[in-house]
Amino acid sequence: MTVTVRLFAVARQRAGAPEVLVELPDPATVADLKRAVAGQHPALAPLLPGMMVAVSAEYAGEDRRIGPDDEVALIPPVSGG
Amino acid sequence: MIQITDQPIDHASLTDRVRSPRAGAVCTFLGTTRELTGGRTTRHLDYEAYPVMAEKTLAELEGQALSRWPLQEVAIVHRVGRVELGEISVVVAVSAPHRKDAFEACQWLMDTIKEVVPIWKKETWADGTEEWVHPGLDAVGGRPEG
Repeated sequence: MTVTVRLFAVARQRAGAPEVLVELPDPATVADLKRAVAGQHPALAPLLPGMMVAVSAEYAGEDRRIGPDDEVALIPPVSGG
Repeated sequence: MIQITDQPIDHASLTDRVRSPRAGAVCTFLGTTRELTGGRTTRHLDYEAYPVMAEKTLAELEGQALSRWPLQEVAIVHRVGRVELGEISVVVAVSAPHRKDAFEACQWLMDTIKEVVPIWKKETWADGTEEWVHPGLDAVGGRPEG
């Protein structure tokens, strides 16, 4: 399946786009997604160890399943305030 | 009350919003753009949010604060876009019957916002260089807490 991954801040800057597409097996987990992003979008690979993944606008652990209709985002360390 | 806005924040109206005859204590925190950080001069900050998740996360924090302390009202507003020196990027206003709860809840909310809410700032320094602030992310460097 193809999943759209939203990007913010330095990740958006490195990718040069507000989102990227990744090809994933179906079903897939957050861990699969991170591997797929690193492989398919090398510009993001150095950032991945420090980023969280959000699925449906909630922080998600490595085992969280991702479906074709889920909204997925990479969350770099936050710095609001 | 939770809001993400690209407009200047009226902190006085937010303070008034949480005031109540039942509250003997009102604590309002303002986060503002600081000119000097570790000897470097900031020109301005730009904030970016993941709006849906930021509002959802802020609402969760508001709920947690309301269950943890006996509060009357909570108002949290965070700005996105360019924030010039001295301007307000975030307001946390809390009212409670007694000051200890108001102080504690306000500090906990602000500290936790900085840890979990998906909002990011980009520094533009006086020399024109720019950098996203991502504490602990080795690949980009960072800036001291604050």
